[in-house]
Amino acid sequence: MSSEYLVEVEDLKQYFPIKTGFFKTTPLKAVDGVSFNIKPGETLGLVGESGCGKTTVGRSLLRLYEPTGGTIKYMGEEITAANMHEHRKHMQMVFQDPYSSLNPRMTVEDIIGEPLDVHKLYSSKQERRDKILGLMELVGLNAEHATRYAHEFSGGQRQRIGIARALAVNPKFIVCDEAVSALDVSIQAQVINMFEDLQEKLGVAYLFIAHDLLVVRHISKRIAVMYLGRVVEIGDADEVYENPQHPYTQSLLSAVPIPDPVMAKQSQRIVLSGDVPSPLNMPSGCAFRSRCRFATEKCAQECPKLEDRGNGRQVACFHQ
Amino acid sequence: MSEEYILQVKDLHTSFFTDSGEVRAVNGVNFNLAPGKILGIVGESGSGKSVTAYSIMQILANTGKITSGEVLYKGQDITKFDKKQMRGFRGKCCSIIFQDPMTSLNPVYTIGNQLIEAILLHTDKDKKQAKDRAVEMLELVGVNEPQKRIKQYPHELSGGMRQRVMIAMALACEPDILIADEPTTALDVTIQAQILELMQELQKKMGMAIIMVTHDLGVIASMCDEIIVMYGGRVCERGTAEDIFYRSGHEYTKGLLRSIPKADGSKERLVPIAGTPINLLNLPKGCAFCARCDEAMKICLTDVPPQVQMPDGHYASCWLTYKKQMEETGGAANE
Repeated sequence: MSSEYLVEVEDLKQYFPIKTGFFKTTPLKAVDGVSFNIKPGETLGLVGESGCGKTTVGRSLLRLYEPTGGTIKYMGEEITAANMHEHRKHMQMVFQDPYSSLNPRMTVEDIIGEPLDVHKLYSSKQERRDKILGLMELVGLNAEHATRYAHEFSGGQRQRIGIARALAVNPKFIVCDEAVSALDVSIQAQVINMFEDLQEKLGVAYLFIAHDLLVVRHISKRIAVMYLGRVVEIGDADEVYENPQHPYTQSLLSAVPIPDPVMAKQSQRIVLSGDVPSPLNMPSGCAFRSRCRFATEKCAQECPKLEDRGNGRQVACFHQ
Repeated sequence: MSEEYILQVKDLHTSFFTDSGEVRAVNGVNFNLAPGKILGIVGESGSGKSVTAYSIMQILANTGKITSGEVLYKGQDITKFDKKQMRGFRGKCCSIIFQDPMTSLNPVYTIGNQLIEAILLHTDKDKKQAKDRAVEMLELVGVNEPQKRIKQYPHELSGGMRQRVMIAMALACEPDILIADEPTTALDVTIQAQILELMQELQKKMGMAIIMVTHDLGVIASMCDEIIVMYGGRVCERGTAEDIFYRSGHEYTKGLLRSIPKADGSKERLVPIAGTPINLLNLPKGCAFCARCDEAMKICLTDVPPQVQMPDGHYASCWLTYKKQMEETGGAANE
């Protein structure tokens, strides 16, 4: 059991206290009971609309937030309350915004070298420099860029610096939080290819968080769909896309603009009415029932749990 | 000629004069917009697509200036309009909606106030009629409880609702042209689908022409009658959605299409466009795309490519396509 999965998340809960009155606080349930596993060298895509808690899941996994409840295991060992210093050698993160996630006062060499410094991964200055240059080559940056500052680079190159920094400690698992969303399509393709190459070369596993559903399908082996803090469907990426079972997944996928005029005309859109409810004021039972075509009274009373539908597919719905 | 098209942009050049030099954001853009049609302008950041839209509305930043070219609205050149004429043009003849519905609404006025302002400015309705019109517009764009909403402030509405309000405001005076500058980029996919559907519905109902500026190839594929692809401030290619997606005649368009994941989910490796977008401070002499083009020839470096005409008004500005067509027609050039 402990050897099969790299990361196991069970019933992860992350609540944030929100001041709703002078003395009163209400918990905002950003993540409410999320469970999934990631195998070594695998990519799990995490999709959902803004505010559904996908970024929070990524951050809680690395304990950038202290989880309110649930357990996180890394290689079978529980890290929910452990000292993270050691574990961050194995788990790293690439952030969305390549502009604000790099320190403007540090040279590229120091940015990439910082994790090496923190974890004392070199014995001499020469070794540090060699490692940094090796990383820069790995992500396609020139050695002469080492002494430059972040503002001298384009968005795509900055994202490469961020990725080199994440790779510095030789991690087994990287959380990519909207890592390609801020880039132009032509540059986005370069970075996506690089993620794929690195996985092949180094065997890293990714939790790939993004809102661009075509990109997630392209890069992921399995995907999990979140709605208002809960996972509503999880399964093999192609199967979920070909045959979505949860009504939310169905409408989410049908809403994706298709970059192909003929296919776009043939596709049937299931347009959802209304907006995502506020997480401070969630509907009772199934969170999706206020926008669901199939909602019945049972949905209001009970919250559906993720159930196995075979082939590794899990769906949380009473109807489909 | 001018009867056929509601808006004609002829050889438009727009530059920004900055401390580090002249940034030539738009370099000779041509297009025609027929009444009631949807034109898509697609390109990456820095391609000049938004600047083209802002040039039409003349809402460029202080450093920006239209250096040459004409923008004809019903045959009249609006680049020669004075401030007062422009104020009449904006809102009444041509409206614009922006990417970010939060920053384009004024946070200290109610949305009713902002809607009514536009109506009072452009029509001879009195206050009460203007208010009725505002409520009617909100209803039209699918805002629930419009009577209540007009008393609310922008922060009380969600992103999708704010974009609906922006659309209501833009269409309140029934303009002939609606320019939508990345109208759904800041929105989630399900909300994006709602807004795009709404725009198509309103277009059918009210019959205005739409210029849709976007970087999302998926958005333009489904809703545009005609598409122009921009790079480095120039039009690379113009055609219908089918022309652009299936018969593209420009290497940049092909590169763009290869670098997005396929819609059918095949896990083919993406083919990115090498290099980085061009620096507009220092435009190359020839084709703007030549530095990143795999097929670049000698002539691409020195000469701006001509428009190569293909069937049904489809054209591409590419030397390679020009060469191919020359070979096929045995030297009988179209230029």
